[in-house]
Amino acid sequence: MLDTLILSRIQFATNISFHILFPTISIALAWIIVFFKLRYDQTNNPVWMRAYRFWVKVFALTFALGVVSGITMSFQFGTNWPGYMAQVGNIAGPLLGYEVLTAFFLEATFLGIMLFGIKRVPSKVHTFSAFVVAVGTTLSAFWIIALNSWMQTPAGFEMRDGIAYPESWMDIIFNASFPYRLTHMLLASGLTTAFFVAGISAYRILKGDPKRAPRLALKTGLILAAVFIPVQMFVGDLHGQNTLEHQPQKIAAMEGAWKTENGAPLVLFAIPDGKEKTNHFEIAIPKMASLILTHDLHGEVKGIEEFPGDHPPVAPVFFAFRIMVGMGLLMLVVAWGSCYLLLRRKSLPRWALKTLVAMTFSGWVATLAGWYVTEIGRQPWLVTGVLKTADAVTQIPPAHVGLSLTLYLIVYAILLFAYIHTLKVMALKSVKVEEFETAEPLAGGSLTNLPDSTQKHPGGDSQ
Amino acid sequence: MSESASAATYWLPVIFIGLMGLAVFIYAVLDGYDLGVGILLPLGEQEEQQRDLMIASIGPFWDANETWLVLAIGLLLIAFPIAYNQVLMHLYLPAAIMLIGLIMRGVAFDFRTKAAVNHKLAWDRTFKAGSLTTSLAQGYMLGLYVMGFRPGWEAQFFSALSALGVTAAYSYMGSAWLILKAESDLQKRATRWARRAGRATLVGVIAVSAINPLVNPSVFDRWFTYPLVMFVLLVPTLCFLAFIFNDFLLARIPKTNDRHSALPFATVVLIFLMCFIGLAFSFYPDIVPGEINIWQAASANASLQFILVGAVIVIPIILVYTVFSYRVFRGKATDLRYH
Ligand code: HDD
Ligand code: HEM
Ligand code: HEM
Repeated sequence: MLDTLILSRIQFATNISFHILFPTISIALAWIIVFFKLRYDQTNNPVWMRAYRFWVKVFALTFALGVVSGITMSFQFGTNWPGYMAQVGNIAGPLLGYEVLTAFFLEATFLGIMLFGIKRVPSKVHTFSAFVVAVGTTLSAFWIIALNSWMQTPAGFEMRDGIAYPESWMDIIFNASFPYRLTHMLLASGLTTAFFVAGISAYRILKGDPKRAPRLALKTGLILAAVFIPVQMFVGDLHGQNTLEHQPQKIAAMEGAWKTENGAPLVLFAIPDGKEKTNHFEIAIPKMASLILTHDLHGEVKGIEEFPGDHPPVAPVFFAFRIMVGMGLLMLVVAWGSCYLLLRRKSLPRWALKTLVAMTFSGWVATLAGWYVTEIGRQPWLVTGVLKTADAVTQIPPAHVGLSLTLYLIVYAILLFAYIHTLKVMALKSVKVEEFETAEPLAGGSLTNLPDSTQKHPGGDSQ
Repeated sequence: MSESASAATYWLPVIFIGLMGLAVFIYAVLDGYDLGVGILLPLGEQEEQQRDLMIASIGPFWDANETWLVLAIGLLLIAFPIAYNQVLMHLYLPAAIMLIGLIMRGVAFDFRTKAAVNHKLAWDRTFKAGSLTTSLAQGYMLGLYVMGFRPGWEAQFFSALSALGVTAAYSYMGSAWLILKAESDLQKRATRWARRAGRATLVGVIAVSAINPLVNPSVFDRWFTYPLVMFVLLVPTLCFLAFIFNDFLLARIPKTNDRHSALPFATVVLIFLMCFIGLAFSFYPDIVPGEINIWQAASANASLQFILVGAVIVIPIILVYTVFSYRVFRGKATDLRYH
C-alpha cells in the first residue's frame, strides 16, 4: 500500500506542477500585453489593439487557472506538511506573507480594471493597471522563489530547540542560489510565453487568418525567444556552477556521476542504475563535464559515492535534466531558424509554422523538467541540512490523502483539456472575425476606418 | 526577558489575531456576495441574459475577493503556524472539497465566455455547483471549528446545520448585492431571493447561537456572566433588529429612482459583523477552541515584527486601491465585455 508520505509527495508534486503551468505563462504574458498596449498608445495603430485584445483574453483565462490552483497551494503546507510549518514556519511564513501582501492583491485588484475597465478609466490609467498587474506577477515570483531558494540553500537563520529563528532577513532572501534561480525562472517564463504566443499565432495563420495582428504577435514571440534562449543557457550554466558549490550531490545526480573523477566525462545518454550504482548504455564525451562545471579539463567532479545515504535518486534527476537541456537546444534551433527565415522571406513557410505550432507548449516541458531537477535533486531534504521531507509529513490516514489526490487529478485533467481546447476555440474564432488591416502597419498611421484615438476602445467586435 | 520584549510577546499575537479577524471578516463579506450570486444563479435555458448580468456584477471583483482568503490563511500560517497545522489537519477533507469548489467556480467564470457557445450552460452549471460546494464546505468547517473538532454525531449534525446556515447567509449577501447592482426584473427577483434567504439565515443564526453555548460550557459562562451580560446582549439584539428591519425594507424595494437600493447590502454587512463579533467573543483568546491560545501558537517575535512592518504599510494601500476599484465599477452592472 502507498503510505501517507508517498501520497502526500505525489499530491504536492501534482498540485505545484499544475500550478506552475499557468504562472510561467502569466508572468511574461503580462509584460507582453503591456508592450502591446504601450505600442498602441504610442502609434494609435489599431493592429496593436487587436493583438492586445486577443492576448488579454488568453491572459485572463490563464490567470484564473493560476489563481485557483495557487489557493490550493497555500493550504497544502498545513494539510500535508505540518512539520514544515512547525520547524521553519518562522521563515517560510513571512516570505509567503509578503507575497500575498505585495503581489497578490496588486494583481487581483488591478486585473479587474485591466480586463473590464477600459471604458471606465482614462487610457493612461488602464495602461498603468496592466503594468501594475505585470509588476505583481513578477513580484510574486520574487517572493516564492526566495522561499524556494532558501529551502535549497538555507542561510541567515539560527536553530534553537529544533526550530528555525530568523537572524538576517537580507541573508534569508538573498541566499546563495536565489539570484540564479530567480533569473533562470523569469527567463523560463519568458521563453515559455514566447513559444506559446508564437505557436498560437502560427496556428491562426495556418488556419487562414489574413490579418496583421497574429503576424505581429508571431514576430514578437520569435524575437523574444531568439534573444532569451542564449541568455538562458548562459544563466543555466552559472546556476549549475552555483549548485556545484552548494549542493554537489545534486550535480552528481544530474551528471550521472557515480564516482568522483578528475576530468569527468559529459554523459550524453545513459540509463542510471541505483542498485548497481552505475550507468548502462552510456554515451559520453571525455572530460567535458569537468570543462563545463569547473572550466578546467582536469577539474574534480564529485560522484554519488561521496554522499552515502544523503543523495537524491539519480535516474529522475538525470533524465529531467536532459529533457530540459534538450528542450533548450531545440528552442535555440527553432527560434533562430525562424527568425532567419523571417528576415529572408518576410513570412514563414507552412512547415516552419507547423513546427512552431508543435512547439507551443515546449516551455512547459522544459520548465517542469527544470523544477523536477531542482526539487527531486534536493531530496531527501525538504530544507537542505535542516529538515527531511519524511519528518515533515502529516499524520492524516492514507485513505484521506488518496481521496483528495484522486479528486485533484480528475479536476486537473479536465481543466488542462478544457484550457487547451478553449485556446483552440479562441484562436479559430479570431480567424473568422472580420478585420481591416492586412498590410504593414505604418508608424502613426491609421489603416482603417475605425474610430481612432480620441476614444481608444473601438468596441463592438468580439474577436 | 526585558520589559519591552515581553510586551511585544503579549501584544504581537493580539495584533495578528486582530488582523486575521479583519481579513476573515472582509473575506466573508466580499466572497460572501460573489459566492451568493453563484448559488442563486438560475439555470433555465431562457435565463441566459440574467445569468450574464449576474456574473457581470461580480466580474471585476471575484479574484480580489478570494485573495482575502489567501491573506487570512496566510496570516494564520505566518502568525500561528501550530494552529495552522492543527486546524488544517482536522479539516483535511472538507478543505480539499472547498478548494475543488473554488477551483471549479473560478475557472467556470472565465471559460463560460470563451468556450464554444454550446458549452456555456455547462460552465454555468459548474459555476453554480462550485459556489454551492464552497459555501457548504466553509459552513461545515466553521461548525467543526466551533465544536472544537470533537468527534461524534452531535458535532456532525451541528456542522451540517452550520453548512446550511452559512449557505443561506451567503445567498442573503449575494441577493442584497444584486439589489444594489441590478435593475428591473433581476432586481425584483433578487428582492424575493433576499427575503427568503434572510429568513433562512435568521433561523440558522438562532439555531447556531442557541446550540453553541449549550455544548461549550466555557462559551456559556462567558456569555451569561453578569455584568458582561448587559453589554453582550447588545450584539444579538442589534443583529435581530437588523434582520427585522431588512425584512420590512425588502418588502418595499424597489423604490422610485432606485432609492435605498444599497441599504439591504449594508444591513447584511451589519448582520455579518454582529455574528462575527459574537463568534470572536465566544473564543478569544483561544485559536483552537479549548486547546491552544494565541500566545501558545504564535511564531517568533522577529518574524512577526518583520511581517508587521509590511502589513502596516501595505494593508491601508490595499484598502485604498480596493475602494478605487469599486469606484471604477460603481453603478449598475452592464454586460461584461473583455477588451
Ligand atoms: C515562479 C512563479 C511561481 C511559483 C514557483 C509559485 N507561484 Fe503561485 N502564483 C504565481 C507565481 C508562482 C503568480 C504568477 O503570481 C500567480 C499565477 C496567477 C496569479 O494570479 O498569480 C500565482 C498565484 C498564486 C496564488 C493565488 C493568488 C491570488 O489569489 O491572486 C496563491 C495562493 C499562490 N500562487 C501560492 C503559491 C504557493 C504556496 C507556491 C509554492 C509552493 C506557489 N504559489 C508557487
Ligand atoms: C513551481 C515550480 C515547482 C515545481 C514544478 C515543483 C515540483 C516539486 C516536485 C516534483 C517535488 C517532489 C520531489 C520528490 O518528492 O521527489 C517537490 C517537492 C517539494 N517542493 Fe516543489 N516544486 C516547485 C516549486 C516549489 C516552491 C516554490 C516551493 C516552496 C515554496 C516548493 C516546496 C516543495 C516542498 C515543501 C516539497 C516537499 C514535498 C515533496 O517532496 O513532495 N516547491 N516539488
Ligand atoms: C540549455 C541550457 C540550460 C541549462 C544549462 C540549465 C541549467 C539548469 C540547472 C543547472 C538547473 C538546476 C538548478 C538547481 O541546482 O536547483 C536548472 C533548473 C531549472 N531550469 Fe534550466 N537550464 C537550461 C535551459 C532551461 C530552459 C530552456 C528552461 C525553460 C524554458 C529551463 C527552466 C528551468 C527551471 C524552471 C528550473 C527550476 C528552477 C530553478 O532552479 O531555477 N532551463 N536549469
